[in-house]
Order: sequence, then C-alpha cells, then structure tokens
Amino acid sequence: MDVSFSYDFPGLLNYWIIVVLMMIGFYIVIAHGNLVKKIVGLNVFQVSVFLLYITLGKIKGGTAPILADGIEAYSNPLPHVLILTAIVVGVATTALGLALVVRIQDAFGTIEEDEIDAIENDA
Amino acid sequence: MNEKLILRVVSKFLIPYILLFALYVQWHGDFGPGGGFQAGVIFAAGFILYALIFGVAPVREVIPAAFTRYLLAVGVLLYSSVGVASLLMGGNFLDYNVLAHEATHGQHIGILLVELGVGITVACAMITIFCTFAGRAELNAPEEEEED
Amino acid sequence: MSDEWIIIILMVFMAISGVAIARLHNLFAVVMLTGIFSLLGAAAYVVLDAVDVAFTEAAVGAGISTVLMLGTLALTTSEEKPTPPRHMLAALAVVGITGAVLLYGTLDMPHYGDPNAPVHHHVAPRYLEESEKEIGLPNVVTSVLASYRGYDTLGETFVIFTAAAGVLAILGRVRRPKRRNERGQTTEETLK
Repeated sequence: MDVSFSYDFPGLLNYWIIVVLMMIGFYIVIAHGNLVKKIVGLNVFQVSVFLLYITLGKIKGGTAPILADGIEAYSNPLPHVLILTAIVVGVATTALGLALVVRIQDAFGTIEEDEIDAIENDA
Repeated sequence: MNEKLILRVVSKFLIPYILLFALYVQWHGDFGPGGGFQAGVIFAAGFILYALIFGVAPVREVIPAAFTRYLLAVGVLLYSSVGVASLLMGGNFLDYNVLAHEATHGQHIGILLVELGVGITVACAMITIFCTFAGRAELNAPEEEEED
Repeated sequence: MSDEWIIIILMVFMAISGVAIARLHNLFAVVMLTGIFSLLGAAAYVVLDAVDVAFTEAAVGAGISTVLMLGTLALTTSEEKPTPPRHMLAALAVVGITGAVLLYGTLDMPHYGDPNAPVHHHVAPRYLEESEKEIGLPNVVTSVLASYRGYDTLGETFVIFTAAAGVLAILGRVRRPKRRNERGQTTEETLK
C-alpha cells in the first residue's frame, strides 16, 4: 500500500461506515414498536454520532491531547470535550426515558406502541 | 447461604479497590485521562455491584436515601460556589485566576474543587437512579410471590 | 497506517452488532449487545486518540446504561413483538433516503486525519499552546473542560442533577402497581 492510496481512498471511508451505523440506529428507533428497543436504538445512534465527531478531530500522526515532552502533533481536544458532555447528557436522557417506560408499563400494562394506542383509543 | 458464593466473595474482595480506583481517577484527572465524570461513575459502580449481589437494603443502610439526595445538591453547590467565590474576589464568574496569589495556582485550586463537585454529583446521581429502579423491582418481586 | 484498518474493522464489528440488535426479539440479548456496542465504540475512541472519551464511554455506556436497561427489563417484559412487514418497508425507505442525503453531505468533508482541516485552525491550537502557560496541567481535555469551558460543565452538572431529580419524581413514590388480568384491565375496570 503506497502513500497516495492510503490518503485518497480511505479518506472518506470512515465517514461512510459511520453513516451506515447512524442509519442502523435510526432504523431501530423508527421501525420497532417496543419502547425499550427504541431507547436502545437511540443509544446506538448516539454512539455513532459521537464516533463521527471524534473522527473529525483526529490528526494523522498525532497522539492523545496530554502534553508531554517530545511530541509535536496532538489530536484536537475540542471534540473530546464536547463529546464528554454529550455522553453524560445521553445517559441522563436514557435514565429518564427508562423511568418513563416503567411508568407506562404500570399505567397500560404493556410497552408495545400499537397496544398502547389501542388501549388509549378504546378508553 | 451457599448461593452466589463466588459472587459474594469476589465482590467483597474487589469493591474496596474499585472505590480506591475511583478516587485515583478523580484526583489524577489533571495528569492523565480521568476527571470528575469517570470517577463518579466508577464510584457509583462499586455500590451498584454491591447492590446487585446483596440487595438494595444493605446499600441503603450505608448510604441512606436522604444522604444521597443532599450530596446531589452539594456537588452542584460546590461548583457554583467556586464561581461565586471568584466573583467575590474581584474576577468574573468562574474565573479561577483570582482564587490564589498566582494565576496558575488559582487555576489548579479551581479545577480541583470543580472536578470534586462534578464527581460527587455524578456518583450520587447514578446511585440514586439505580437504587430507585432496583427498589421498585424488589417491591414487585414479593408481590409476585403472593400471587402464586 | 495500520491503525486505520483497526478502526475500520472495529466499526464493521459495531455494524454487525447493530444489525443483530435490530433483528433480535429477545430484549435481554439486545441489552447485552448494546453493552458490547458501547465497548467496541470505546475501543475505537482509544485508537482515535480520545482517551478521556473512551474512559467515559466504557464506564457510562457499557456500565450504567446496561445496568439501567436490565433494571427496566426486570420491571417490564423481556420479549418483543415481531413488527408487521408494512412498517419495515416504510422505515427502510426513510432510512435509505436519509442515509443517501448524509452520504452526499460527507463528500464535502476533509479527509480523515487531515491536519489542514478547518476544525484545527481557530481555537484548538490556542488551547494546546497556551494551556501550558495559563493553566499548567498536562491533560488539555481537563483544562478545557473545567477552565476554558467551565460554564458548559456547570450546565452539564445541572443536567445530571435534573436527571436524578426527574427519576426520583417519576419512580420515587413507592405506590404498588395495579394488578391487571389477561386483557389488561385493572380490578376497577372489571367491576364496571
């Protein structure tokens, strides 16, 4: 593998695989009726979006952004800070979503979306 | 008492080291990967492991529910009061330069206190959320045994 | 150069577990696969030089999230109903269109690892160079998180506090759930 091949062809391949991952997560959210599975799909979508941001911040030949002697190129620390915040906000959203799912189970007896619609339209 | 023997023995051996590692990650966040969030989550993971094996009641004896609720607020208050303290000392809100006689010392003190506040809040939040879920599951379980 | 292929192989594994999550109906297996997905993501973050992020993702995604989902499964069902086919086709169409639009959008992006990308030009070099003099900590991510962008971290701490308060408000009251018969009716509804 010579240098020009490794710089041109896999240049955008990472982003394409990440888009595929995002679409898998998106499909899980919209195509399944079970509420827990929707939250799982949301988590899958979140991890792949974070992967996109971190991939944007990577510099070839760089290292982790921890200052040390003898290293010239550091990867960009700004996406890391943003994604740290985003991961924690994501787990907060997941916890609240799961608490709501438990309450929906108590109120309706089921967590399938179409059964909840049927109970709501009957009552 | 022979059920889950391996889990009980190994967790009693591991949990002190988990908590110690959480404290290491908290204070060494300045020099390597780490910081408040990771340390808070690892600290909570020690208690969650104990609750998964021995039940929520022993954990509630060690950390009562009211205690975690107060500590939740204490962490956020610590962070905000560092900001207010720098206001009182003449700088902007959350400007750590004015907290000590020298700018970098002020930054070190500010970052240390702020990460401590974040760590406390995150640990108590994770323990609270888990014990709320698990307490409700334990409430359902004896009810299902009554139905049989 | 070999770490490019490590990242691609890790992402292919993540895609395989993502497809498995979409296809499986046993929710316990789905939750376990989500933990595996998060761990593979954490490994990818390490290879992409994001060590703080990998630490947080492994602890939070593969630890806390998995435990909370298992707790929810203990309180609700553990099997999922199979979807009727007409939903699947419409969902696949929407996903396909969105994916195509996103792929078209990535054609404008700078190549992976390009040091001349616009994101590396404005504030990031300033943080990397000045943080030694202004703050003096080796970990630039901590100094940016706690000092340069400390206000955002204050907001984030409030978000975690609100999440715990929200869960306490939603689930905190220890009211016994109403018992339901096979048709999903409570005792009051059957007496009507």
